[in-house]
Amino acid sequence: MIQEFIMAFLPELVLLAGVLAVFVVTLYNDRVARARAVSLATAAALVVSCLITLRSEATLFDGAYRVDLFSQWLKLAFGVGYLAVILLGRRVDDIRPDIRPEFFLFLGISMTGFVFLASSIDAITLVVSLELSSFPLFLLVAMRREREGQRMQMESAIKFMMFGVAANGVMLFGLSYLYGLTSTTSIPLMVQRLQPVIDGPLALAGLGLTFAGLYYKLAVFPFHFWTPDVYQGASNETAGIIASMPKLGAVVILVRFAAAATPDNQLITEILTVLAVASMFYGNLVALVQRDLKRLLGFSTIAHAGYTLLGFVALDEAGFSASLYYMTGYLFMVLACFVVISRVSRDGENVAIEDLHGLHRRSPLLALTMVIGIFALAGIPPFVGFMGKFALLNAAFARGHTVLVILAVINTAIAAYYYLRVVHASFFGDRDATDQMPIALDGSTRALCIGLIAIVILLGVTPAPVIDAITTSLASVVAVP
Amino acid sequence: MTSLSPSGGLPILSILIFAPLIAAAVALALRSDRAVRWWAFLSSAAIGLFSLLLLREFNPAVPDFQYVEHKVWIERLGIHYTLGIDGISLLLVLLTTLITPLCVLASWRYIKDRVKEFMVCLLVMETAMVGVFAALDFVLFFIFWEAMLIPMSVMIGVWGGPRKVYAAIKFFIYTMSGSILLLVAIIALRMQTGTFNIPGLMNRPYDPAFQLWIFGAFFISFAIKVPMFPFHTWLPAAHVEAPTAGSVILASVLLKMGTYGFLRFCLPITPYASVYFSEAILWLSVIAIIYGGLAALAQSDLKKIVAYSSVGHMGFATLGIFSLVQNGVTGGALVMINHGVSTGALFVAVGIIYERLHTRELGAAAGLGKQMPGFAGFLGLFCLSSLAFPGTNSFIGEFLVLGGAFAAATRIALWAVPGVVVAAAYNLRMLQRVAFGGTNNPDHSGVSPLDFREVATLACFAVFVLWIGLQPGPFVELMEASIQNILNIVAAAAPGATDAAVALQ
Repeated sequence: MIQEFIMAFLPELVLLAGVLAVFVVTLYNDRVARARAVSLATAAALVVSCLITLRSEATLFDGAYRVDLFSQWLKLAFGVGYLAVILLGRRVDDIRPDIRPEFFLFLGISMTGFVFLASSIDAITLVVSLELSSFPLFLLVAMRREREGQRMQMESAIKFMMFGVAANGVMLFGLSYLYGLTSTTSIPLMVQRLQPVIDGPLALAGLGLTFAGLYYKLAVFPFHFWTPDVYQGASNETAGIIASMPKLGAVVILVRFAAAATPDNQLITEILTVLAVASMFYGNLVALVQRDLKRLLGFSTIAHAGYTLLGFVALDEAGFSASLYYMTGYLFMVLACFVVISRVSRDGENVAIEDLHGLHRRSPLLALTMVIGIFALAGIPPFVGFMGKFALLNAAFARGHTVLVILAVINTAIAAYYYLRVVHASFFGDRDATDQMPIALDGSTRALCIGLIAIVILLGVTPAPVIDAITTSLASVVAVP
Repeated sequence: MTSLSPSGGLPILSILIFAPLIAAAVALALRSDRAVRWWAFLSSAAIGLFSLLLLREFNPAVPDFQYVEHKVWIERLGIHYTLGIDGISLLLVLLTTLITPLCVLASWRYIKDRVKEFMVCLLVMETAMVGVFAALDFVLFFIFWEAMLIPMSVMIGVWGGPRKVYAAIKFFIYTMSGSILLLVAIIALRMQTGTFNIPGLMNRPYDPAFQLWIFGAFFISFAIKVPMFPFHTWLPAAHVEAPTAGSVILASVLLKMGTYGFLRFCLPITPYASVYFSEAILWLSVIAIIYGGLAALAQSDLKKIVAYSSVGHMGFATLGIFSLVQNGVTGGALVMINHGVSTGALFVAVGIIYERLHTRELGAAAGLGKQMPGFAGFLGLFCLSSLAFPGTNSFIGEFLVLGGAFAAATRIALWAVPGVVVAAAYNLRMLQRVAFGGTNNPDHSGVSPLDFREVATLACFAVFVLWIGLQPGPFVELMEASIQNILNIVAAAAPGATDAAVALQ
């Protein structure tokens, strides 16, 4: 019995133990290196334990927590992302010196939230994991070092938190409606009992408000306002974390709730279509004029959230698995971009597109990572961005959303322009500024770059096993009506 | 009926696709520029020779796809890894594999900076280009089609001329925005038929309205690639700024992808729409022929002359293809190959001038023939080939095209005739200036004559100019069955096709 429990709960136990260890380390001053080492070991152990428990199945804690293929591969993705983020953070030079070890503590706590999120099938567990994952991130934003005349990080942190708390409140409110309708907090049961009343105003209001909370995390228009400001205000490492993990987390929960609706629910598809189109156009058009690289990625995030919604517009298994596949790929594409940003940045400052000029001379590997990450985001084959978009378009088209598909591909073309500006700067640019020193990369950064490039290519070239795994695992989440 | 006949033994097409990629990976590991150059040349030449194996077992008598390879790739999305070639794609694959080593030779001295990256780009391009012509799964085709954008725009953007960035971005955006609708059309076809298999999509009774939409999406994407008249503006920019090898690849292979798309997809998949729109496209082709010729006549930049002449030549190709008669389509396909040879050769020749004079101004090159008589001889041959002089390769192609077009639509074809005259005018103008010049030519006394490498490169092109020109039979035979098959599909699916063609007169 206890053995089975441990087998199923191993990743969480490993992570919790690791985070506790980091906590102990942070009790002493000036232990950045140790905190980082412990976090690194924890992340590696998390990845390994996820691989070991990939095939475990269990329902724990009175039905509030489900361990199955779906949750385990998500945890694996989070684990790999965690590993990448720690390597990306290096020695977190842009965090206030006295609280650097705490960066790793809060990061670990946030990761715990994400890992719990993957398995939560009870509304209350879900909300708790969601808060657990997001609150430490608010703090990470505020932890950026202060500079002469720049206190952007505080503004960003407050913006992030106010929006975040409000969104959580809205989501809780929505959940209360759903609870009122179904008198259960177990999500599968809730979804099942919602079926007969799904077209009623209460159910729609409940689902709508719940979704709104998640759209905030995903940065779907019109819940996107915080995104560019927070990306810009947060340190480069933190922005990398915020740009990657919460998106995948939000999609996971969306899938759990969207299973309540079927493709016949006109109103829900219509709302989702409008949101998707608005996000794509808004994000891409505003990104066209950005100069700060992080802001540009912030707006492109909004557009990508729009693409992801394509899968939800389809409201079927193919659509959900396409969205999940796309977001998994997105996690790594965007991390690839942020690795480059954090290495190019001088003393942790924000990076403008112009700063990338001559990158191919300063560090060919970074330039290559950037170019591949950007081409992947732009949806050029053979990278994962293309396959992901293809799967999404396919799913949406299969449900007859032709206009939406055409609008989405038009957006891909618009986006190509600003992505190319980045490619141009990092690969074609020849401007010789005074400080065009070569960028020396340490071994772990090299490994990280090569690893991310490999993942972005492999996920794009051999997506079959991943999509298969996602689709198979979805069976336990999406009850076939 | 188009069917698949499996190949036994060696997966030649897969080898042709992935060998350049492996060669590129090896090139990355090499240290010195010299080693990279030699490796790129030897590996691409070996691949070129290897590709000749395709001729050995290819049966030109049947229209089937041959050397077919098939593997399930992404089952859940219905994407398969299917390769195969018919007569049309065979020639284009050979054109690609044989022209790549020549591109390496042409950039031997031209590329001084970041040689390794350049050769890697070139080899990756080869992978994508062979892939485009050999793919029999629509998504696979699209992947190669799009993947090719990256190395090509990098080639223009990094090693190009002064306005390289503008040209690279224009090229990328133009072609990418063209192909996004292609993607939608591919998915739409899948929803109708349940397959991405290209032969499986051909010859099906699609609804006419559906065909018109699909054709529209195909047309925009392929017309941009060709480029046809209103979509041609990216071409001069890209050609002028690209390095020699980039221009050669662009002219010889990339533009062919557009016309190949018309032949492979538009005619057999949307025959009704092809007939429906054929008159409009014939007009556009005629406009391209005349416009390209006149624009070329007005240029003083050697590369721009050749670039605009491409627009005219490709106009002949589309004129032939959309005449929808055997002669015309065969001629159109032959023009594709010929244009690859002669325009590629002209770009190499312009590159040779540029390496010596560091300018491409026609005036600066005046009288160069005095110092470089051998070069002037080659240039003369290629110019004659470009203006379709009898005995050179282009003659037979354009002759067939005009013959076909006259048979299909005399009224329109008449307008193409001045284009032939204009082509003679701009080619002879260029040849006259470069070979003889005027009375006060610039001083070229320091210019070195052709070296062995350059002679070898130009000689390879010259062999094909004369070979196809004097004995076009074997080349035509290779394509005949495949083209007949396509036309049968058009005639069967659109019974009014021949009537419509008659009515056009």
